Amino acid sequence: MFSRGLKPLSIASVVLIVGAFALVFFYAPNDADQGFIQKIFYLHVPLAIVALCGFVAGGVFGIRYLRSGDRAHDLRSYVAIHLSLVLAVGALVTGSIWAKGAWGQWWVWEEPTLVSFLIVFLLYACYQPLRFSIEDPERQARTASVFAIVCGAFVPLNFLAVRMAESLIHPRVLSTTGGSMPADMRTTFVVSLVAMAVLFVTLWKYELTSKQASMQLRALKRRLADDDDPWVPTGRSAAPQQL
Amino acid sequence: MRRAAGALIRKDLRVELRTGEAVPAMLLFSLSTFVLFHFAIDRRSVEGDLAAGVLWMTLLFAAVLGMVRLFVAEREQGGFDGFLLAPVDRTALFVAKATVLFLFLGAVELAALPAFAILLLGPSPWGAVPELVAVLALANLGIAVVGTLVGALGIQTRARELIVPILALPLMIPLAIAAARATSPLLLELGAEPVPGRWLAVLGLYDLVFGLLAFAVFDFLLED
Amino acid sequence: MGAADGAPAVALRDLGRAYGERVALAGVTLELPRGATLAVFGANGAGKTTLLRILATLLRPHAGEAVVLGSALPREGWAVRGRIGLLAHEPLLYRDLSARENLRFHARLHGVAAGRAEALLEAVGMARRAAEPLRSLSRGMTQRVAICRAVLHEPELLLLDEPLANLDPGAAGAVAPLIGRASGAARVLISHDVEQGLAEADLVLGLRGGRPALLAPAAAVGADDVRELYR
Repeated sequence: MFSRGLKPLSIASVVLIVGAFALVFFYAPNDADQGFIQKIFYLHVPLAIVALCGFVAGGVFGIRYLRSGDRAHDLRSYVAIHLSLVLAVGALVTGSIWAKGAWGQWWVWEEPTLVSFLIVFLLYACYQPLRFSIEDPERQARTASVFAIVCGAFVPLNFLAVRMAESLIHPRVLSTTGGSMPADMRTTFVVSLVAMAVLFVTLWKYELTSKQASMQLRALKRRLADDDDPWVPTGRSAAPQQL
Repeated sequence: MRRAAGALIRKDLRVELRTGEAVPAMLLFSLSTFVLFHFAIDRRSVEGDLAAGVLWMTLLFAAVLGMVRLFVAEREQGGFDGFLLAPVDRTALFVAKATVLFLFLGAVELAALPAFAILLLGPSPWGAVPELVAVLALANLGIAVVGTLVGALGIQTRARELIVPILALPLMIPLAIAAARATSPLLLELGAEPVPGRWLAVLGLYDLVFGLLAFAVFDFLLED
Repeated sequence: MGAADGAPAVALRDLGRAYGERVALAGVTLELPRGATLAVFGANGAGKTTLLRILATLLRPHAGEAVVLGSALPREGWAVRGRIGLLAHEPLLYRDLSARENLRFHARLHGVAAGRAEALLEAVGMARRAAEPLRSLSRGMTQRVAICRAVLHEPELLLLDEPLANLDPGAAGAVAPLIGRASGAARVLISHDVEQGLAEADLVLGLRGGRPALLAPAAAVGADDVRELYR
């Protein structure tokens, strides 16, 4: 069900990532003020944008699950959020490295993206423990979907508030030449962003396929072991066990 | 729906008046926190930004206490299912609980604010009372909505005393930002200044977004 | 409302429900005519309470179909809620409030006049102590108030989980017109008193491990058949 288009996506990911790296190292210019370290921008910002989209997508799948009751949507939501959390950590780490390299400090409160990400990370870090603490799979899926929807709506509100809190006095620290980028930087940036997005979708589909395969394996084992009930999962888990 | 929500609100208020489990605890907590702040930041009085920060942190943590009590009492008293059996719109439960939390917060603030003014606040807040009330009302609405939502989420899990604060605090950060920024001009030493309108707008937006969201998803949290 | 007079009060087909890892209920199929009584027997954990809660619209079925008073569950659960009365294991009352306050609260939720609450309290002999918090009452008294709550809105289907537990013979007699055969409602009764349950029943369901081990008209079932279930 989930593995449609997996091979072309994988190939596309590899091509795009290699292409992005090549552009970053050989094509994009060195920033005048910040030097080489500025190139981490091509990793940090795509990580951030794709993670955010992933969280919002998790919320959208949550809505679809609540409306249809189809557990496949819950699985999609779970994987999207769980992958986005990994990317969010990546965004925080790369942001921190950038701040250290460019500004001399490991953390800057003046950078609204970084701060918003910290808050979002704190919030979504509760997702898996929340799921794990509910045993009944249907209730788990429903509660998780509500969480995904509420937090998905929260993300833009959060960004707005944090940005407003800092905007007046401190200029954006980690921005690069303020909104307008020279053409070579813009190309590199766009390619990096697309590469990250395609990578995310590929990983997402891989995880979905892998989970579906385990479910099918478990179902087969059950049938062979003479146990007739299709809806008895094996143990407590944060991830959906059954479609 | 109004009938059901009204019945629920009356019931919750009656239980609270009789047992006094939530509001006194929230109030005592606030007072203790003020004292702690005095020692922790080592100041005789605070004003402006710092005052707003101390006040809102205290109120938010006290609110979390209230959130935990909001639904737990229901479960303990064995009454939750009683409501679910009634032929009423389940959203009435959300409206009722949010209203009750709003009223609890109001009651706590009625006592905590004068205490804050006496214990920690440098300038006198009297001149700014109407604006303060407006900010408090908007913020309390947001806290009530988020608190009810998170309380209902927490009730599903086994570790609800932990889940509720961990979930509620990050969700309330935008509200905290807006509330603190809106309050700080009112608590300045040299006299209260007008509240920047955009923070009130942010509070209003927050209330609206979460209110609508909660209305839409609350039903799903109660089903089994 | 919704169902013709000839339609059964409860119609189940292959009903099933799981709690995480456990199968709580599976393959339950039966029909209960209006006004008739179904007695459900089984050891602890056999699925009796799960069945009751599904019929009460508090739980969703995971498999099969359930039609209660003409409405299919869970989709149309909201339509029948006002016509079902549940007497559960817990009293479903607020311990800090008095009997009168509890019943008035439920009366408001169901849109029933407060006078009916008073009449019921009188009927079960709780009128004198109706103003004390439930916390200070004995289990038997709380049970009587819970019975009042269950029948407050004159339901067409009564779901009773060990209704006479904690009741002395006098109280049991007082509540009989409310929750007994004389009430006229269709009833699903869980009881551990085998003889008493059989005497009240028209239809008998025996559950073991969530599955129906016995399903027959009460006349065809003897006490020993039922006791087999507990072995």
